[in-house]
Amino acid sequence: MTTHQEAIEHHPDELELGHQFEDIEQQTEAYTVGMWVFLVTEIMFFGGLFAAYIVYRALYPEIWYAAHEKLDKVLGGVNTAVLLTSSFTMALAVRSAMLNRWKAQVSYLLATMAFAITFLVIKYFEYKEKFEHHLFPGPNFNFGDPGVPNDKAQMFFNLYFAMTGLHGAHVLIGVIVMIALVIRTINMRNQRQDFIPVELAGLYWHFVDIVWIFLFPLLYLIGR
Amino acid sequence: MTEPGGKTVQKNYLNADYSIKSWLFTLDHKRIGILYLLTICVFFAIGGTMAALIRLELLTPKSDFFTSDTYNKLFTLHGVILIFFFLIPSIPAFLGNFLIPLMIGARDVAFPRLNLFSWYIFTLGGLIAFGALVVGGVDTGWTFYTPYSSSFAQTAVTATVAAAFIAGFSSIFTGLNFIVTIHKMRAPGMTWYRLPLFVWAHYATSVIMVLGTPVVAITLFLVGLERVLGIGIFDPAKGGDPILFQHLFWFYSHPAVYIMILPAMGVISELITCFSHRKIFGYEFVAYSSIAIAIIGFLVWGHHLFTSGQSRFASIVFSFLTFLVAIPSAVKIFNWTATLYKGRVRFESPMLFALGFIGLFTIGGLTGLYLASLGMDIPLQDTYFVVAHFHYIMVGGAIMGFLGGLHFWWPKITGRMYPEAFGKLSALVVFIGFNLTFLPQFILGYLGMPRRYASYPEEWQVLHVLSSAGASILTVGYLITATYLIWSVFCGEKAPANPWGAKGLEWQTATPPIPDNFEHRPIVREEAYAYEENVKGAA
Repeated sequence: MTTHQEAIEHHPDELELGHQFEDIEQQTEAYTVGMWVFLVTEIMFFGGLFAAYIVYRALYPEIWYAAHEKLDKVLGGVNTAVLLTSSFTMALAVRSAMLNRWKAQVSYLLATMAFAITFLVIKYFEYKEKFEHHLFPGPNFNFGDPGVPNDKAQMFFNLYFAMTGLHGAHVLIGVIVMIALVIRTINMRNQRQDFIPVELAGLYWHFVDIVWIFLFPLLYLIGR
Repeated sequence: MTEPGGKTVQKNYLNADYSIKSWLFTLDHKRIGILYLLTICVFFAIGGTMAALIRLELLTPKSDFFTSDTYNKLFTLHGVILIFFFLIPSIPAFLGNFLIPLMIGARDVAFPRLNLFSWYIFTLGGLIAFGALVVGGVDTGWTFYTPYSSSFAQTAVTATVAAAFIAGFSSIFTGLNFIVTIHKMRAPGMTWYRLPLFVWAHYATSVIMVLGTPVVAITLFLVGLERVLGIGIFDPAKGGDPILFQHLFWFYSHPAVYIMILPAMGVISELITCFSHRKIFGYEFVAYSSIAIAIIGFLVWGHHLFTSGQSRFASIVFSFLTFLVAIPSAVKIFNWTATLYKGRVRFESPMLFALGFIGLFTIGGLTGLYLASLGMDIPLQDTYFVVAHFHYIMVGGAIMGFLGGLHFWWPKITGRMYPEAFGKLSALVVFIGFNLTFLPQFILGYLGMPRRYASYPEEWQVLHVLSSAGASILTVGYLITATYLIWSVFCGEKAPANPWGAKGLEWQTATPPIPDNFEHRPIVREEAYAYEENVKGAA
């Protein structure tokens, strides 16, 4: 690594190039294609849950309508706004990285992180409320409405927790990625930086945002 | 074809550094390929041992060696280990990793760190699967059908499902790496239509890995959640739908058959052209048939559900689509046969494996048509006919391809020649042993022997004894191969850069290849398989 460090100090304009690549252009293209392919795998990953959602909603439409009423539309709506705003600040972070403005980049990344954490905190209160009302899947599940079969209503909450839980895990990973990017940007503040890592993180973050754009109406806004 | 990079160089990827650390932290795709080879061989040995135990139990009509419970655990881990930890990674992760960058003239795959990471999570998955074996085994069958697997099985299902889940990510990342590598790392002049067919086959395979594996990952994850948290997505007692599991599972696991067979087909294309010394007949057709198999392969999963109670209309559509897959598969067989025609065929051991592949895959494929027919599938469902069919594809096809490729590129990989006479012997013994094992199983299935049973009526014993005898011969074949290959690493004669007179960039560099693959970046100036035809006395 020392030789590499020296190389950068001698040529501050040289970007880091992996041993497997011929030039920076090839590296940039490879990373970008790689990220898009990864996002395709992510779509397929969520796809299994969406397929399950479609099946059960088609099987039990009335029960799903009844069950979705127990979700907090206000908190869900606020979270949608929070996540959309974070997507905007992420886009600004990418732009700052492209213009090589490291201070702006760090602040936008921190802002995005703050929104992401806000999202998770709101999610925590939503989950907590569901736990308190026995709306968590498992032996203690109790829908509390004699007109609605308990087990079928539980199916809605199975999928609610599986889908939003998996999405929440992705938000958490996004926060970790942003922390790494902030550290990297500050450490390399005096060098010319490759904006590709921020751009790829941005793609990931927009993907997380888009998944929520599907989850919110499917879970919170049925029949509206 | 390329700039001469084949001068004898002392330094190569094997002797560049001898320390253990240099292997465990290597970013060299060739070394990672070797790591995979060692790991999957261990898994193969264990899965194969379980197969041998299964055949031992079936020697006699009564279940006298193992209890039914133990037998269930045996065939489950036999399936789990050999499918998830041998067949799926075998050719792509080992030969694909080793060869794709060499074949397209690149220095490495696009993401070497991800590549190494894939091997680590693959190995971790394998260790967890063995952990499951140690703590009591699994008895669900490798298909993990719900609700038995999710709500009733008292065995280590959660751990096994986790193992398959983790190994799945290794597969996803390998596929991702190959797609980006093939798209972005090709040497100048290496156009899409000059790619070796091995690379085309791996491209199609990678598409399946990337699109299919995440679906089975989330499905197995849900099974795990169901066991741990008691959510009931697949449990009918809780309002869930077990058929949904089968749909999601086979959406991956049917295409997974093509993850096993397409790379083998890529290997066979290389072998047939080299040992016929002819340009392959209909290059574009062979290339596109790989893509067609990948695409159609995603549309046929419902043929596993013919007897599950899915709608008759769905069954008819899936039956039709299943017949459709036969077309691109047959295109390949016809093109290989046409390549052999008027070729100067040399029967070296890799070629024997390739010819064995063509025969066995044809039998496996044609019996697949029986099973795709709705009327035939009803009596044959879950009998030994199915067992024989998929073993013809997955063992007869994928393992013959694996062994053929292993022998073909062995000199390039190790720098040593193996004893050719033993290679031919091994090809012969494996072929005979294989057929003796699985041909009787077609008849058994036709007679009604169900799969997954430790005991059976006495009148079927002759066929079972034949099958077990075949399994012993097959084992001997594998042991011969393992012995002389290992022997050749230490005592074999030094291999020249291109012992078979083959075309392709991987033969243009040193043997074994240097760490950077090529001294200078190769420039490709001719089509793939540009063998001079009708020239006598070459090779």
